[in-house]
Amino acid sequence: MLANIGFGVLVVSFITSLYGIFASIVGVRKNSLAWVESARKAMQITFPLISIVAFSIILLLVTGQYQVQYVYNVTSSTMPLYLKITALWGGQSGSLVFWAWLMSAFTTAVTLRKWERDREFLPWVILVGLVTLTFFLALILFFENPFVRFWVTAAGNQVIAMLPPAGAAPLIPADGRGLNPLLRHPGMIIHPPMLYLGFVSFVIPYAFAVAALVTGRTDDRWIRITRRWTLVAWLFLSLGLVLGSRWAYDVLGWGGYWAWDPVENAAFMPWLTGTAFLHSVMIQEKRGLFKRWNMILIVLTYALVIFGTFLTRSGVLSSVHSFAQSAIGPMFFGFIALSMIISVWLLVWRWDILRSEGTMHSLLSREALFLLNNLLFMGILVVVFWGTVFPLISELFTGQKVTVGPAFYERSTGPLFAGLLLLMGIAPLSAWGHSTLKTLGKALWKPALAAVVVVIAVFAGGIRNVGALLGFLLVALVIFITLFEYYRGVTARRRRTGEGLLAALFNLMARNRRRYGGYIIHLGVVLMALGIIGIEMFQTETQGTIPPGGSLRLGRYEVTFTRLDIFDANDGRNVARATVLVSRDGRMLGELHPRRDLYFDSMQPMTIPGVRSTIEDDLYVLLVDWEPISSTGVTFKVYHNPLINWLWIGGFVFILGMLVAAWPDKDPQPVAVAVRRGQVIPSRSSGD
Amino acid sequence: MDGKTGFLQRLALLVVLAGILLAMAVDSAFAQQPTPSDDDVNRVAKQMYCPVCENIPLDVCPTQACAQWRALIRLKLSEGLTDEEIRQYFAEQYGDRVLDVPPARGLNWLVYVLPPLFLLGGVWIVVRVFRSMQKPAPAVTGDSAASGTSPESAEDPYLARIEEELRRREREGR
Repeated sequence: MLANIGFGVLVVSFITSLYGIFASIVGVRKNSLAWVESARKAMQITFPLISIVAFSIILLLVTGQYQVQYVYNVTSSTMPLYLKITALWGGQSGSLVFWAWLMSAFTTAVTLRKWERDREFLPWVILVGLVTLTFFLALILFFENPFVRFWVTAAGNQVIAMLPPAGAAPLIPADGRGLNPLLRHPGMIIHPPMLYLGFVSFVIPYAFAVAALVTGRTDDRWIRITRRWTLVAWLFLSLGLVLGSRWAYDVLGWGGYWAWDPVENAAFMPWLTGTAFLHSVMIQEKRGLFKRWNMILIVLTYALVIFGTFLTRSGVLSSVHSFAQSAIGPMFFGFIALSMIISVWLLVWRWDILRSEGTMHSLLSREALFLLNNLLFMGILVVVFWGTVFPLISELFTGQKVTVGPAFYERSTGPLFAGLLLLMGIAPLSAWGHSTLKTLGKALWKPALAAVVVVIAVFAGGIRNVGALLGFLLVALVIFITLFEYYRGVTARRRRTGEGLLAALFNLMARNRRRYGGYIIHLGVVLMALGIIGIEMFQTETQGTIPPGGSLRLGRYEVTFTRLDIFDANDGRNVARATVLVSRDGRMLGELHPRRDLYFDSMQPMTIPGVRSTIEDDLYVLLVDWEPISSTGVTFKVYHNPLINWLWIGGFVFILGMLVAAWPDKDPQPVAVAVRRGQVIPSRSSGD
Repeated sequence: MDGKTGFLQRLALLVVLAGILLAMAVDSAFAQQPTPSDDDVNRVAKQMYCPVCENIPLDVCPTQACAQWRALIRLKLSEGLTDEEIRQYFAEQYGDRVLDVPPARGLNWLVYVLPPLFLLGGVWIVVRVFRSMQKPAPAVTGDSAASGTSPESAEDPYLARIEEELRRREREGR
């Protein structure tokens, strides 16, 4: 019954979306406000409709309706309630419903804003939003229906179908197969929603960009309206990436946080273009430059969002993330191609009126440095994109698949990331319009000197790795420049207003949250870079099989195996849990409990590390293997991950900075604007 | 000693301490085991992937098949083969996909050549853009050049003034 209701509402959602597309097109063609309003209503109605679809699935999952194939595939009776709910995005069709649900929420939210000044954008924004939504609803309805059920025919055959074949009876399995063990982690509750939110919210700036192109209103209005949407999209995507890294570190048991897996890359690529876009739009706002480039960037971001979903969902590239595979690949491919063709056609059509309105005078001006920043982001994108798709191309042309592993990405992107760090340091000191070597040098020398002192101290401490020393130099440079910028701003404010230190800092940030929020983001990035340098350049590891009482030594640490407990947990797992004592330089630090969980329903093992974390380093111990019968002992793998926790601390700072930058402004009171003709015209914020 | 000098001295001391702590944190480590040890095996396995467990490096893959591959690596090491010889042995047996990066031959060259070419192309475009933007763009009024007004408002000074005023207030509101 519930499955039928969910399916019925899904069909209605699809029809409503189609109607919305039709109404918006008619509205544009007839220049009819009534038709556009009708399209808007259709858009707004999709959210409650798809909410009913999503809640139907959740209810099916929670109540264990194993007759429904999706429920059978992703839940089991031993799973706790919260995992049954989050199983909504634990499989293919549920994920697509979740994607569509969030998409409808965002597009509905955008139609609720005030449109008085941008009425001409409305039908096009609705059209782009609804076309994207309809595509996903079509995928769900025709290829990945989450409501299909098991039936047994009169002849005794098992059938999977939405409606029962003639004479068939429902087939109700006693229990489900359960969620993939990799997904049974708190990080997985938040990580996918964050990524999806990032993905769907990037559709909004793209929709406005298309609207701007179609209407020919290619000034910076569309950018101003979507600035906050873009920041929100970027916030969610960044959060998703950071949480995903933490999940990988905690659950995947390889001692690292990022494996350059194709699906990780799928989320990283729109983040790269989105970050470039966030910087580049500032140039258009401030200097009227790079209109074409901004359009290209947002089109690329949208295409990469769909491409990322395609990689994740189509199973075209197998990876640890590709839990679900289906035949929806060609549909995705066609949709990406169609949206790219239309976007490129619009760009070509409007190429002339997208000409830059200003000039660039100095290679050291902020806009020139932002341009270089964009170039580096694009360089990284090309490496990541090419590395991700090359195995497919190789297979297509030679029949032989190849692996493009982390070594390729790290060697290729390392110098580009270093360049970005350098620009992150220098760009805030350069001025819009014009900067000279002299003015830049004057602002730069003090922080640069402090950074050199740090590197000398690090060198004196025994570090000889040139790459690491360069990395520490750049990290220190950005930190000092950022702090120096705060120091200058606070000092100037205190001098002018006489405020206390904290009040001056608070008011300084409140007056220009975009700028100072951006600086906090930069601080977050360099702290993350510190963690990445630590683990990438100084990670050490050892592995050995030791009997009870035996030890493994790694640097200054010693890990002593004391016992191994093997037992069945009451949530469908067999747990092998080791107890090891950790000491450093002979001083006892405590116990760790690395373990291996074997899930009965899926017969999949999970390797959960025992980790001792400090801001200095992590000692990360894995239980690799054991021989229950013999007395040979237990095999452990031990990683020493210096500075890794700065990656997570930096992640927090990064998110804090984004919240500062993206926090909504108070809606200013209407004010009177005196204009030449002597009239008084009320104005208000655009609500962006 | 004035306050500023004292602050700088304290900052310098802090910086030196931070540097030393940083250096201590990344102190090199060692592990002593018989040859070929697990670490020797993992050193080779880290750069390889089995065809079944895609995207999971061989040194951390928990499957039985990968454990057997690691045992084979140990055997090859004990026979005196170098790391590279072992990698080549596996590549001959199971194809190039077992290697962590494609060998630089045939079509694989593209994976190494294309990104730098794109980057060079990007540099070329940036240089061209920079040069072209050093000349003033034609047919754009001075007001709109600075602020990016819409074509409609650029044509109508009255609308342009309102747009400009709204934009200024938006900026101040932030």
